[in-house]
Amino acid sequence: MSLTPDEVRHIAKLARLNLSDKEVEKFAPQLSAIIDYIGQLSEVDTKNIEPTAQVTGLTNSFREDKVTEQLTNPDALLETSPLTKVEHQIETPSAHG
Amino acid sequence: MLNTLTITQAHIKLKAKEISSVELTQACIDQIENVDDKLNAVVHRNFDRALEQAKKIDSEGKFEHTLTGIPYLAKDIYCEEGVPTTACSNILRDKDYIPPFNSTVTRKLNEVGAISIGKANCDQFAQGTSNETSCYGHVHNPWDLERVPGGTSGGSAAAAIADECIFASGTDTGGSIRQPASLCGCIGLKPSYGRVSRYGVMAMTSSLDTMGILSKTVEDAAIFLQTVAGKDTLDATTSDRKVPDYSKCLDGDVKGMKFGIPKEYFIDDLDNEVAESVKEAAKTLEKLGAEIKEVSLPHTKYGVAAYYIICPSEVSSNMARYDGIRYGHTENAKDLIEYYFNVRSAGFGDEVKRRIMIGTYALSAGYYDAYYRQAMKVRTLVRQDFTKAFEDIDALLTPASPIPAFKIGEKIDDPIQMYLADMFTVPASLAGICGLSVPCGMTKNNLPIGLQILGPQWGEETIFKAGHAYEKAVYPDGIAKPELK
Repeated sequence: MSLTPDEVRHIAKLARLNLSDKEVEKFAPQLSAIIDYIGQLSEVDTKNIEPTAQVTGLTNSFREDKVTEQLTNPDALLETSPLTKVEHQIETPSAHG
Repeated sequence: MLNTLTITQAHIKLKAKEISSVELTQACIDQIENVDDKLNAVVHRNFDRALEQAKKIDSEGKFEHTLTGIPYLAKDIYCEEGVPTTACSNILRDKDYIPPFNSTVTRKLNEVGAISIGKANCDQFAQGTSNETSCYGHVHNPWDLERVPGGTSGGSAAAAIADECIFASGTDTGGSIRQPASLCGCIGLKPSYGRVSRYGVMAMTSSLDTMGILSKTVEDAAIFLQTVAGKDTLDATTSDRKVPDYSKCLDGDVKGMKFGIPKEYFIDDLDNEVAESVKEAAKTLEKLGAEIKEVSLPHTKYGVAAYYIICPSEVSSNMARYDGIRYGHTENAKDLIEYYFNVRSAGFGDEVKRRIMIGTYALSAGYYDAYYRQAMKVRTLVRQDFTKAFEDIDALLTPASPIPAFKIGEKIDDPIQMYLADMFTVPASLAGICGLSVPCGMTKNNLPIGLQILGPQWGEETIFKAGHAYEKAVYPDGIAKPELK
């Protein structure tokens, strides 16, 4: 199976990635090869086989909904943002353009 | 040459006050300053703080825990308070993300007085196979500088075998500890999934990520696991199973143990010298009194395909948090959506972009059943293969990597060839079981070969017992070290 340049652009858009034409040219055959390779799973008979999402055997690990330990503080977390802080909030570019 | 010591050796000397932690730490720092120009294994240096900490530990003079005063390097995806942690990606390197908190593993190591001297190079966000996707450049294999160290914990493996530290932490999602350990000739432990907390370690494939070590002896790996394993309320997938006393299984006795050699691992793609060395290792264990038999893991050949659906799918979700808002790279943009595009496009490297796109594709409407759901079913079959095999045997013996270290640049443009370097480590990851890579000889070109010992889920004692017995029999004076010219 081979992905067209437009399909690659569409996937990139869904993933919030800009690709230059040169990148599309590079990724298209690589992604096509990977999709071909992973496509071989279709030959495995998985009738009546349950999917495995995790292997721990744990189910519903609950805890009380309360603060138990203070791992860091809000200001220290804000500090790592590259954007401007206004009244303990991060100022992002406008969501409405 | 204090930096060449193992954890156990260094601990004995520290406790007897023959050496100080400052001397030991300084020896590792000197080695980094002397050889890392050639290796590029260390990306953040934390020397002043490390020496200060060592001084404090010396003045207290208590070396009660085996890791007290022992200098180590952490893979650059373990969050460490006050120390740059960038996952070797430009998206975090730009402003050097400095976490305001510690990963649970870091915290536990701190609590016993282990000393972090810096961060080890790795593949970007632990995505790669050869340590060639790092934004800081390639790591060079200490045995042959033109070759890769393996990946993704390539810096950790190179640093451990080159004695830049006493041990190095790593992470293993599809082989990222076992494969570089094999290519660099050190010991690499991947614990069972859920044995060690993932909290504070940058997530790659959350259902597969495990936290482990690159070390110079199997005993050292056991000491590390003893220290960091166990239930953590900050990681709901950690098991509350009791952590056994691992030192008890290091008795060198494998009499009566049963090892299986899976025939599906001895295929055409396997390098001859690697195959011979692994068979030779099995004979050694047989001579020590173990029983060896051939077993079958029929779904082995589908492991890589299932992995490269499950992993990119989870990656596409996990990488969504790197959006330039709370941390990392920033760009100019006219609005928020453009900002996301600009930050992510400039910040992520090619392999991360490839995985995000494959995952986005595999999870998109209409493809979910054919790819992701089918991969999760194949995961069940792979897991059943192991469960069945472990009914008759204690552990499996396989090559850790189908080939010894390859040349830098050799596979970088061919993702499939790169992914296939994981073919012997990925199935165990999908099954969530534990594995150990132990050196088992050298090729004619003087490149290390690794024996992979796979044990059942929570079977770390078994693989430590086998690995330790093998190591002691073959390397009574310690594993082979490269001569760095």
